[in-house]
Amino acid sequence: MGSRKIRVLIAKPGLDGHDRGAKVVARGLRDAGMEVIYTGLRQTPEEIVRAAMQEDVDMIGLSILSGAHMSVCKRILELMDQHQFHVPVFVGGIIPSDDGEQLMKMGIAAVFGPGTPISDIVSKVEEIVGQKVSE
Amino acid sequence: MESDKSDRLVSNQKSAQLEGLLERLRKGDQIALAKAISLFENDPELIFYLQGELQKILAQSKSHIVGVTGSPGAGKSTLTDAYVSILRREGKRVGIIAVDPSSPFTGGALLGDRIRMKRHFSDDGVFIRSMGSRGNVGGLNDSVFGVIMLYKLYGFDYIIIETVGAGQSEVDIAYVADTVVLVLSPSSGDEIQLMKAGIMEIADVFVVNKADMDGAELLKMNLETVLNFSEVQKPIVMSVATSGRGIDELYQQIEKHRIHLYETGEISQRASRRMKKHAETILDNRIQSILQCIDSNDVNVMVNAVLDEICKSRFGDL
Repeated sequence: MGSRKIRVLIAKPGLDGHDRGAKVVARGLRDAGMEVIYTGLRQTPEEIVRAAMQEDVDMIGLSILSGAHMSVCKRILELMDQHQFHVPVFVGGIIPSDDGEQLMKMGIAAVFGPGTPISDIVSKVEEIVGQKVSE
Repeated sequence: MESDKSDRLVSNQKSAQLEGLLERLRKGDQIALAKAISLFENDPELIFYLQGELQKILAQSKSHIVGVTGSPGAGKSTLTDAYVSILRREGKRVGIIAVDPSSPFTGGALLGDRIRMKRHFSDDGVFIRSMGSRGNVGGLNDSVFGVIMLYKLYGFDYIIIETVGAGQSEVDIAYVADTVVLVLSPSSGDEIQLMKAGIMEIADVFVVNKADMDGAELLKMNLETVLNFSEVQKPIVMSVATSGRGIDELYQQIEKHRIHLYETGEISQRASRRMKKHAETILDNRIQSILQCIDSNDVNVMVNAVLDEICKSRFGDL
């Protein structure tokens, strides 16, 4: 009642079907008191950005294991520019460390590799969304 | 008094923000619509700012409100998805509110109704908003009333509200929707389950989904028997939402009910029922927030004093 909740969209772009990671993160954020919108497998960047707009989420989390992280993230950031809708994006999955740095330079807010404790992801999301709200 | 003043300042700021968003959403801006929904969700009482000209538009709106309810896993989201495809074929624009339960412990929620509605993600004529129930126990979220108004202002022809997976008594949708669709699936129990009070009473259209599974015909027969007890004959639609079977008939039955509501004038009864429920919800929330403000120590002292008085008057000084 009347209290603000952090809303996060968890999406899996691309063609690989391994969604365990996305589900674990979705569940972890839920248990931290957030509202998590899970959109399921095989989403295009267009679908993800449109869903994020309609749901007015505070943050988007992408799970990518297919190796397509560079192009997918680039496209999502482009689409957000096009729609003038900007929310921070974090990425999880198999991301080589060089690529991770590149993604951060590109404007991705955080990159989480395999083995990241859920509590780290929760506190990072809270920190990033907290900054955004206080701006 | 100080805090009272600052509360009002916040509200003024919010109302200015809302005004801007309303202007934009009425021009078809979906981002503004989404942001306005968030404002309402975090403060359902902002509804009081919809006055004057907006009230007139709302009163004239003919958006039809369809409620979809039923037990978890009965196929509500998949059925909604299939139904929306038909509405889109007819050129209708659709706003969806999909409610899933919030955790009573953390307040968090996993909102997964969108997974079944993927084919409408890139369609401009369909807007989907997922919501946690946020403490509402009737199967909805307290802000649905406000979101319905925003959807009407945006100009959707159909508004579909999917409730949380409902058991027997989450029946608030009956006070909100113009047409209530109850989705059942085989193995939802015997005839006695169908005779129980509560959710079985609120449906305008019954759907036996997963009609390709064993037990579907038996469920239909049982349902027919039970429905024969009442004077009003309500339709039963057999469907397989995943393949689209029976969805055309569902569309026809909802249309029939919609026309019936207008012909009999019942549509305005449903509207006033909705308004009354909305007022009740606001009142409930006010009372709850007052109760929350009272210091529990004070309450204990007060309750003990009253109990002492009662004991004294009945038993004298102990």
